Amino acid sequence: MRLIYKILKNSNKQIDTILMATDIIIHDQKDNVGVVVIEKITPKQDCKCWIMENDSTINIQSADEIPLGHKIAMIDLKEGDTILKYGHDIGKVVKAIKKGEHVHVHNVKTKKW
Amino acid sequence: MEIPKSFLGYKRENGRAGTRNHVIILPVDDISNACAEAVANNIKGTIALPHSYGRLQFGADLELHFRTMIGTGSNPNVAAVIVIGIEPKWTKRIVDGIAKTGKPVEGFHIERTGDIGTVMKASKKAQELVMWASEKQREECPISDLWISVKCGESDTTSGLASNPTVGNLMDKLEPLGVHLCFGETSELTGAEKVCATRGATKEASDKFMKTWSAYNDFILKEATDDLSESQPTAGNIAGGLTTIEEKAFGNFQKIGNCKFVDVLEPAEEPKKGKGLYFMDTSSAAAECVTLQAAAGFNIHLFPTGQGNIVGNPIEPVIKLTANPLTVNSMGEHIDCDVSKILSKEMNLSEAGDELIKTTLKVANGRLTCAEALGHREFVMTKLYRSA
Repeated sequence: MRLIYKILKNSNKQIDTILMATDIIIHDQKDNVGVVVIEKITPKQDCKCWIMENDSTINIQSADEIPLGHKIAMIDLKEGDTILKYGHDIGKVVKAIKKGEHVHVHNVKTKKW
Repeated sequence: MEIPKSFLGYKRENGRAGTRNHVIILPVDDISNACAEAVANNIKGTIALPHSYGRLQFGADLELHFRTMIGTGSNPNVAAVIVIGIEPKWTKRIVDGIAKTGKPVEGFHIERTGDIGTVMKASKKAQELVMWASEKQREECPISDLWISVKCGESDTTSGLASNPTVGNLMDKLEPLGVHLCFGETSELTGAEKVCATRGATKEASDKFMKTWSAYNDFILKEATDDLSESQPTAGNIAGGLTTIEEKAFGNFQKIGNCKFVDVLEPAEEPKKGKGLYFMDTSSAAAECVTLQAAAGFNIHLFPTGQGNIVGNPIEPVIKLTANPLTVNSMGEHIDCDVSKILSKEMNLSEAGDELIKTTLKVANGRLTCAEALGHREFVMTKLYRSA
């Protein structure tokens, strides 16, 4: 199977694109969250993450089911920590979050208003 | 991609160019809506712009009302205007303001005539104007005649990842060609305000931005009864994965690419410092913002959406783009430009920017937007405070 992929990869640009596809996109190297860009990821899924800023790829195993557009924690985060996205402060952690868990309104709040 | 240097537009008396050729029936106030709508019903090819205000307003709120009315009539997408109000004085003030562009405009007031007599007189004039306007032909206009406004809505994380940066890419490519550009949404820059302020082209522009943002933020803090978690972000934003206003703001901010803004505009204020990017102090509600930008003279609008905002405007065509594949699949009839392939890495940002430029030029040349085909004509006046 791997061999077939390899042959196809060399001969078919479309397959190449599929192999490049990513499950999670991270804006900036400094970010501690990534965004799910496939329909959903399931618990214990090995996900490929693309860091846009430096065009590098890393991997993470998910802990939760996370739908398209929602965020995953790239590291363990404790209460009071700052969430970084776009390399900037987008809010504070109000309930500890483990690496691979869903990050959203249940564990993060605005620092404004 | 080589960017076309021109588009086919309608040349106006004051040197501006329109992407549309509307004849509008503009009510001065809420109680003149019925008359305006009756005229538009009588005379095919005209459109009425009903709205909710225009009585007993005062001070800055009244000035904004007049600026929005006059600006809407003056927009180059409008060939000619009929103004209908209850009283002669305010009606005349709007007619005189629009007449400065040199386009045909005529006012009618209802007092001492009644609806039926006014509808008859205004309909006769509207027929003459719409038949005159129908002779206008599109001519080649330089791309710098495009005045492009932007505003996003029903955003989600795909907006900040892909559709907003696509608009930013378009700005980076079109700004050197001399177009006018405008972004707004003062409250939705909250969290990114300091970064946004650094994008002023001059210290004066940066300071004016911070002053404007601070005033809006003070107003929100004064009026807020909770943490605004139902409004900012909206339930739709949250469903799409946006957690905080800061996250929404940094996504929103991607729309201006690497451009710097030359000035900060009051709501509905016409830019006066030449080509380039402007920031306008607006609400972040879609129809209010687009109405103000159209009143400032912008003739084509780009609207990135995540979860699927459906807004349109009666005079300024609103082009919608999304990077969310679920939105493309479930509400494709609202999407003019699909950039969802960015997320699967089948399209890069520059290719998406080129696609959006092609769509923008097609619409500038006359192709209907989804919102126009579906009849979206949201015209929403911004009101600053209670009437007297």
